[in-house]
Amino acid sequence: MRGIAVGMVKNGIITLTGHIQIHHKGYRIDPSIENSMTDSRVVEKALLEKLRPGANWVRRVRVNAIANNARHSNGVTLVGIEPQAEANVSFIGSAVFKGRYLRPKDENGILVGEALLKKFETKIGRKLVLMAQNTKQEIASRAFRIVGVFRSEMESTEKQFVFVTRSASQKMLKMGESISEISILLPEGADIDDLTKSLKSTLPTDQFEIHDWRDLLPFQTAYLRILDGFMWFWFLVVFVAMGFGIVNTTLMAVFERMREFGLMKALGMKPWWILRAVLVESFVLLVCGMIIGNSLGFLSIYALSGNGIDLSALAAGAEYAGMTRIIYPAAALKDVIVANLTVLLLGLLVSLYPAIKASRFTPVQALTHI
Amino acid sequence: MKIVECIEVTKTYQQGQLSVRALKDISLEITRGEFLAVAGPSGSGKTTLLNMIGGLDRFDSGNIIVDGAAYENLSQSQLAYLRLHKIGFVFQAYNLIPVLSAIENVEYVMLLQGLPASTRRFRARAILDEVGLAGKYDRRPAALSGGQQQRVAVARAIVSDPAIVLADEPTANLDSKNGQGLLEMMKQMNTEKQITFIFSTHDRMVMEYAQRLVKLRDGRLVNDESKN
Repeated sequence: MRGIAVGMVKNGIITLTGHIQIHHKGYRIDPSIENSMTDSRVVEKALLEKLRPGANWVRRVRVNAIANNARHSNGVTLVGIEPQAEANVSFIGSAVFKGRYLRPKDENGILVGEALLKKFETKIGRKLVLMAQNTKQEIASRAFRIVGVFRSEMESTEKQFVFVTRSASQKMLKMGESISEISILLPEGADIDDLTKSLKSTLPTDQFEIHDWRDLLPFQTAYLRILDGFMWFWFLVVFVAMGFGIVNTTLMAVFERMREFGLMKALGMKPWWILRAVLVESFVLLVCGMIIGNSLGFLSIYALSGNGIDLSALAAGAEYAGMTRIIYPAAALKDVIVANLTVLLLGLLVSLYPAIKASRFTPVQALTHI
Repeated sequence: MKIVECIEVTKTYQQGQLSVRALKDISLEITRGEFLAVAGPSGSGKTTLLNMIGGLDRFDSGNIIVDGAAYENLSQSQLAYLRLHKIGFVFQAYNLIPVLSAIENVEYVMLLQGLPASTRRFRARAILDEVGLAGKYDRRPAALSGGQQQRVAVARAIVSDPAIVLADEPTANLDSKNGQGLLEMMKQMNTEKQITFIFSTHDRMVMEYAQRLVKLRDGRLVNDESKN
C-alpha cells in the first residue's frame, strides 16, 4: 500500500510537476496562453537567492495543442523545455529509449511517447504537425520531425505529452520570452512548506501563484489521505483478528498449564506474580514475533527494491487507479512505529484477560483442573 | 505450643444444583512437633481439611489459625506468603515441575523466597543428600522412580524450614517398601527437627506410624486419639 502511494507520488512529481510550481496568476484556473508569465526575472532572482544547493528548477512552455499526421490527429500537451535543465527536473531526461534526446538548439526536433507513436502509426524521422492557439489568438501550426521516443510509467503520459525545445515553442506561439511555468525539484528531505511559504511572501501575489505538489496533484494527495485512513482501518481489522488470536493462544497456554500455576500458587507464588509471569511471557512472544515480522517485511522490501512488483500485465487497470506499472514496496517509519506499538500494546492488553484469569484461580481449583 | 487451630470450620461444595458439605464444624488443635494422620474413607473430607489448613482453598465459616495467623482475615497474597514461608506440601501425585531437575525443583521455593543462588544451591544439595538422593541432583522427575520423586517432594517441602508439612496421601502411589522408607524418613525429620507433619491417608501403615490419629466421616470429626 505504502509502495503504491510512494510510487504514485514520485511518478506524479517527476512527470512535469516537481515539488513546487510557479505560474502567472490565474493559470491554474485557465491554463491558456494568455496566462503565461511574460517576465519571470523576478521569480528567477528569488529562486537564485532562496534555493539551496541540490535544488533544480526549469522554465517551461506548456499549452494544449493538436498533433496530427497524415492518418491521425490527437489532442496533446505541447511542452517546450530547456533540454539540459529539464533532464535534472523531470523524467524526460532519462525516458528516451529510441532515437535521441533534444539538443539545446533543436528547432525542429520533437519527442513523442511510445504509445502516441504507435497510435499515429509513425516512426522516428517522420514529421508531426502541431497546432495550437498563439498569443495573437490565431491558430499556429508547425511541423516537427520526430527525433526520439520516450517511455514513461503511465501510458497516458506517453499519449499526452510531446516535447520540443522552449525556444521552438516560443517562436511557434509568438510568445517572445514568455513561459507557462517554472518547476522546482528539491533534494530529498528539503522543507517544501517552508520554501513555498517563503516564495509566497517574496513574490508579488497579484502576478504569480505558487503551488506545491499537493495542490498540483490533487488525485494523489486525496489518495494519500484515503490511504492513511485506510491504513488505520486495515490496522483495526488486522489487529482485531490478531487480538482474538492472542487471547485464544494465551488462554490455551494458560489453561494447559493450569496445574503448574496451581502448584506454583500452592508453593507460595502470589497471584500478582502469576499475572506478571503471563504478561512477561506474552511480551517476549510479541517481541519475538515483531522481530521476525519486521525482519521478513524489511527483507521483502529489500528483495523487491531492485525490480519492484511488475504490474505491466495489469497496466490498464493499474493506470486507471493511478498506479505505476512497477510498484516498489516501501515502508514509512511512521507506519512501522505505529504498527509495532499497536501490536505490542494491543497484545499486552488482550493478554491481560488470560493473565488475570490465571491469577484468580485458587490453588485447589487450578490443581484439580483437567 | 499450638501450631494449628481449626475452629468450627465448615466447607460446602456446590456440584451443579447439589450442595455437598465436605466439612462440618471441624474443631482441632495441633501442637508443634506432632506427627498426625487424618484418616477416613473416600469423601470423608481429609483432603479438604488439609487444603483448608494449607490455605489452598477458602472455608465458608469458622476460622483456622496457623502459627498465629488467622486465615479469616488474610488476602490471597497474604495466604501465598504464609504458604511460602510456613507451610510445606507433599502431594499424592508428587507434583514436581517436570522441566526442572531434582535440585531445581527443591530450589524453586527458595527462589520464590528471594534467596541468593549460592544459598539455594547449598541448601538444596544438603536436603537432597538428607533424603537419600545424593548424586541425583540433575535428574529430571521423569528419570526418577516414584519413591525418589516423592523424596524430592519432601525435600522441597522441608527445605525452607516450614512450621508444618501437609502431606496428602503421600504413600498412595508408592509400593509398601518405598512407602515405609518415606515414612521412616519423615518420622526421623519429625523427631530430629521437630517439624510438624499432618497427613491425610487411608493407608494402614501411615496410621501406624502416626502419633495421633484423627478420623473423619462425612465431613465430621468422629475420633481423635493419641498413641502416647
